[in-house]
Amino acid sequence: MAEVLVLVDHVDGAVRKTTLELLTIARRLGEPSAVLVGPGFDAAKEVLAQYGAEKIYRVESADVTDFLVAPKAEVLAQLVAAASPAAVLIPSSTEGKEIAGRLSIKTDSGLITDAVDVQAGEGGAVRTTQSVFAGGYTVQATVTKGTPIVTVKPNSAAPEAVSGAAVEQVVEVSISEGAKGARITDRQPRAATGRPELTEAAIVVSGGRGTGGDFSTVEEFADSLGAAVGASRAAVDAGWYPHTTQIGQTGKQVSPQLYVAAGISGAIQHRAGMQTSKTIIAINKDEEAPIFELVDFGVVGDLFKVLPQATEAVKKAKG
Amino acid sequence: MNIVVCIKYVPDAQAELTFNESDNTTDRGVEGLLSELDEYAIEAGLKLAEAAEGGVAENTVTVLTVGPAKAADAIKKSLQMGAHAGVHVSDEAIHGSDAVATSLILAAAVKKIGSPDLILTGMASTDGTMGVVPAMLAERLGLPQVTLASELTLEGGTVTIRRDGDVASETISASLPALVSVTDQINEPRYPSFKGIMAAKKKPVETWSLADLGLDSGSVGLAAAWTTVESFTKRPPRAKGQIVTDDGDGGTELAKFLTAQKFV
Repeated sequence: MAEVLVLVDHVDGAVRKTTLELLTIARRLGEPSAVLVGPGFDAAKEVLAQYGAEKIYRVESADVTDFLVAPKAEVLAQLVAAASPAAVLIPSSTEGKEIAGRLSIKTDSGLITDAVDVQAGEGGAVRTTQSVFAGGYTVQATVTKGTPIVTVKPNSAAPEAVSGAAVEQVVEVSISEGAKGARITDRQPRAATGRPELTEAAIVVSGGRGTGGDFSTVEEFADSLGAAVGASRAAVDAGWYPHTTQIGQTGKQVSPQLYVAAGISGAIQHRAGMQTSKTIIAINKDEEAPIFELVDFGVVGDLFKVLPQATEAVKKAKG
Repeated sequence: MNIVVCIKYVPDAQAELTFNESDNTTDRGVEGLLSELDEYAIEAGLKLAEAAEGGVAENTVTVLTVGPAKAADAIKKSLQMGAHAGVHVSDEAIHGSDAVATSLILAAAVKKIGSPDLILTGMASTDGTMGVVPAMLAERLGLPQVTLASELTLEGGTVTIRRDGDVASETISASLPALVSVTDQINEPRYPSFKGIMAAKKKPVETWSLADLGLDSGSVGLAAAWTTVESFTKRPPRAKGQIVTDDGDGGTELAKFLTAQKFV
């Protein structure tokens, strides 16, 4: 059976959940081979084996990790040439999509981004599902040239534990000078919030203009549910919450089990980032707010009164 | 210094986007405009030209777009903001092009424009939202890829950016020539002034066909795409939900709903 390359998303060997989802998807298409770039092999190996990686390509050269995007695409292109995989699966992060874009050009291969499902089609075809036009449409697509390269969004599959051989294969890379043009000169890790990552979270609670800049009520409610915290563009532009938490067309697109919009009117730009969520709740003072057109449950009221009461009730129910 | 800013004419996000039934491509019949995210790239280009030695008299900003006849509107808006010149690649054969083909056309056009010191783009288009064309273009042109800049400085031929990722904030630098994409956090794009609107009418705009770029029409367009949309389905409208007005127990009602839905 042909290999399916999975680019591992990790920080120093701490493998993110999306990678386990990609390994699960890879098994539908062939034999999963994890591609681990950067330090942390020993920590990553165990979990990659538990989720079915038959092989782990180990790439640790500083030539790859000290420069932006291009060297990783070169490594993957080398592996595509050597292994002739059935597909390459990459996490749909901003960096993942950039790597995929360059790999597509290097290998003369079709690229599909932001897949929410990937299945094996007839004759070895790779069939993907994406949500497009601000979540207004669902499309099925296939790659018609080269090695299918697909970036996959978080929560696109339930990770299935299946043991894999996880045979280590050290990759000796030779990175071209051209790929070493953009040097990473400093890296400041983001302070941990202790909350789940936005695009991976089962529950997301977001605050908007209605918070008036005070996110503490939104955060306390989110914490009672174990949720991630997001923000509308208005709140981010006002400097109330970090840009990396922005939900919407120009920020992150999330699709959690539950999305709670607090003090967010629901302009099209915001809806584009959340309207594929399974269940939607909104709290807003304005009963005419367009967000109420989307909700399963809505409260017309002041979020500073409604949320603390809900937080207490949730805490009580959880004991 | 010569700066090229790649821009896109996109369907208005307020309009309801749909597909052409005949070939599963995006229906561009709705009102269009300059992609909002590209305004940040234009603003960044203008700022760099203004700050460089010789100012806007000696440092030029050329906007480049690939798109249908109406895409001229996007160029017009850019010129009104202050760009010096526009290049519009327009050809019937381009219809249905994917990101791979778009980057091929852009790369050929950049080469024909000359050898810019800096190529600027937005972070993604607001219609396709793939966000891959900047990386593809850097790959094709063999230029350093310095993408998703939330801060940008240029000093002594070295461009330095701040890139905010999920797990870290990185500083990245490269020597010119380079390709830089910018996010919507980098600046506040200017509105065209009356003077700018009048001046734009006299600015040069060139329109190039694929043949002008030495590209074969068979290498782009829907038939040459490396991916295909097999089918599309409109998402059904969401069922009308339950809406309560807070009379002092809205939070309790909310918690009840969460419990009933097993989120608690």
